[in-house]
Amino acid sequence: MTDLNLLNQVRAFIDTEADMLDFEQYAEWLDLWTPEGTYVVPIDPKETDFSNTLNYAYDKEEMRKLRVARLESGEAVSTQTTDKTVRQMGRFRILDESDTHVDVRCSMYLSECRHGNLKTYPADITYKLLKADGEFRIEEKVIRLQNSNSYLSSIGYIL
Amino acid sequence: MTEMIDIKPVVADYDSMIKPDKVHSDLYSNADIYEDELDKIFNNTWVWVGHESEVPDVGSYKTAMIGRHSVIVSRDRKKNIHVLLNRCRHRAATVCEGKRGKTKSFMCPYHGWGYSLDGALRAVPKPEEYEGVFDKSEYPLVSLRFETYQGLIFATFKEDLEPLEDFLGGAKKWIDLFVKQGGGYPLKVLGDHRFRFPGNWKIQLENTTDAYHFPIVHKSFVSSVDDQTAEVFDFLDGEGHVEDLGNGHSVMVMIPELVDLDKDLEAPIPERFQELADELAAEGHSDLEVRRMVRAVGGSGFNLNLFPNVACSMAFFRVLAPISVNETEIHHVAIGGEGAPSAFNQMRLRLHEHFQGPMGFGTPDDAEAWERVQKGSHAGTGEWILLNRGQENLTTSPDGNISGAVCSETGMRAAYQQWKKMMTA
Repeated sequence: MTDLNLLNQVRAFIDTEADMLDFEQYAEWLDLWTPEGTYVVPIDPKETDFSNTLNYAYDKEEMRKLRVARLESGEAVSTQTTDKTVRQMGRFRILDESDTHVDVRCSMYLSECRHGNLKTYPADITYKLLKADGEFRIEEKVIRLQNSNSYLSSIGYIL
Repeated sequence: MTEMIDIKPVVADYDSMIKPDKVHSDLYSNADIYEDELDKIFNNTWVWVGHESEVPDVGSYKTAMIGRHSVIVSRDRKKNIHVLLNRCRHRAATVCEGKRGKTKSFMCPYHGWGYSLDGALRAVPKPEEYEGVFDKSEYPLVSLRFETYQGLIFATFKEDLEPLEDFLGGAKKWIDLFVKQGGGYPLKVLGDHRFRFPGNWKIQLENTTDAYHFPIVHKSFVSSVDDQTAEVFDFLDGEGHVEDLGNGHSVMVMIPELVDLDKDLEAPIPERFQELADELAAEGHSDLEVRRMVRAVGGSGFNLNLFPNVACSMAFFRVLAPISVNETEIHHVAIGGEGAPSAFNQMRLRLHEHFQGPMGFGTPDDAEAWERVQKGSHAGTGEWILLNRGQENLTTSPDGNISGAVCSETGMRAAYQQWKKMMTA
C-alpha cells in the first residue's frame, strides 16, 4: 500500500519547489538543498554515472549558486528574453523509503515562451530527498528531458 | 549603403555579393543560395564527420551529416574505418538511426536488407527473386572517400579532390598543437551537446573567429569565474591575433601563453586547478605529469576555424550542420584523454558544461545573438554585413600569412573568400 501521508508530503514539497522556480524565488530554492546535493540534467536518460559523463548540467552547491547569480544578474542576454516558465508536476511515485531518505519519481511538463514562441519540455524527474527535522532537503535531482538524446534549444532558466 | 541585387533562383551573382569588406545579407536568408551552397560547398570539399575515438572498436559507429546527406562512420572487423551513405541501396531508407554506439551490422527496417560494417550487402530476403537480376556485390552501401589527420576524419563526395593534408595546409600546425590537450594521453571524445538555433550556418562559422563579442555576450560567464580566470579571458587588448591560413581556414589566438601546451610546464599552477593538481599528485603521478595535465585541462589558447563545418575551439570540437537556410544544428564535442586519470577528464567535462551547450553559461547567449542576427538580417532591401574590422591594421605572420589583431574580422574575410571561390567555380 502506498503511504498516502508520505506521498502528500512529498508532493507538497516538490510542488513548492516548482512554484519557487516558476516564480524565480531562487534564494529560497537554494535553501532547499543539502550542501552536498547534486542537480543533474543528463544527455543520455539511461546514464547513471553522471560525474564521468557529459551532462547538460551537473551542479554541486557552488555551481547552483553561480547559476542563480547568472539568472539574477541581468548580464546574460538569453535569460532576459524568456518569459517566466510554467511547470506542472505530476505522476508522483515513491520508489524507496528509509529512515533517512525518500526516493521519488515524477513527471514534469514545462512550457517556456521565448521571443513569442511557446515550447514544451516534458521530463521524468527523480529526487533523492533527505528527511531533516520533519522537512525534506534535496540531495539529488535528476531531470531526464524527453528529447535529451536529440537536440535542444537554449534553456535560460532552471529546470 | 543599400543596393538591390537581383537574385535569380540558384544562380546568383556571387561576385557582387562578397566584397573585401562586407557580404550581402541575402547570404543568410536566400533559400536558393542555401541549396546552391549544399551543392557547391558541402558536396565539393572535405567535410568533418568525426574523430577516430568515436569509433574505437570493431562494430563502433556514429552518424554525421555532410550537407543534406546522412552518413555512417563505422569500424569493420579488420578495424578499418568506413564512411558510408546512410541509405539502403534498395528503396533508400536509412539503415542507421543512432547517434553512436556498437552494432554487428546495419539492417534496413523496410525490407530487411542487411549490410556488414564495411557496407557490403550480405543478405536480402527472398534472394531467389534476384537471381539473374543482380549480384549482391554490386549493391554495397555507397562508400565515401575519407582521409584522417591527427584522428580527425574528413569525408568528401569528390573523388578527385586534393588530398586532405593539402586542403588543411597551414591549419595542420594548429591541429598538431590542439591535440596536445589530452595532457599526455591520446585525445578522446567524451560526449557532445547538441542544440539548434534559428539562423544560417555561416553565422556560427563566423562566430568561432569573433573575439569581439566575447566581453559583451559572455559577461555573465566571466562574472562566474575567479579573478585569475577572468583575467585570462580578458584577451581583447592582449597580444593575440587572427591569421588567415588559406582555403577558408583561420586561427584566432586569444591566449598566446596557451598555444603550446608542452611549453612552460614550470609555470605556477592556477588557483582554480590547485585542487586537481593535489588530487593527481596524491594518486601518484609525477610532478611533470601533474603539470602537463593541469596545463592542458582548460584547453588550448586558440580557436582554429576549418572551412566549412568544424572548429578546434579551445577545448572542444565545434561542429555545424546546416538544417535549412534559417536553421543550424551545432554539436559541442567534449574531449579528454584516453586512459587519463578520471579526475582530469572529470574536470574537462565540468569546464565544458560550465560554458557550452544549451544550459551552459556561454552558449545560450551566443545563440540569442545569432538568432537576432538572422532576424535582423531580413530587415532592409539590400543591406550588408560588415567584415571590415581591422582591415587596415594587417601584418604578415611568421608563417607568411595575413594577420590581424585578435578582435579583427580577418578570419571571417578568409572564410568568405573561400565561399566565393567555391560558389563561383
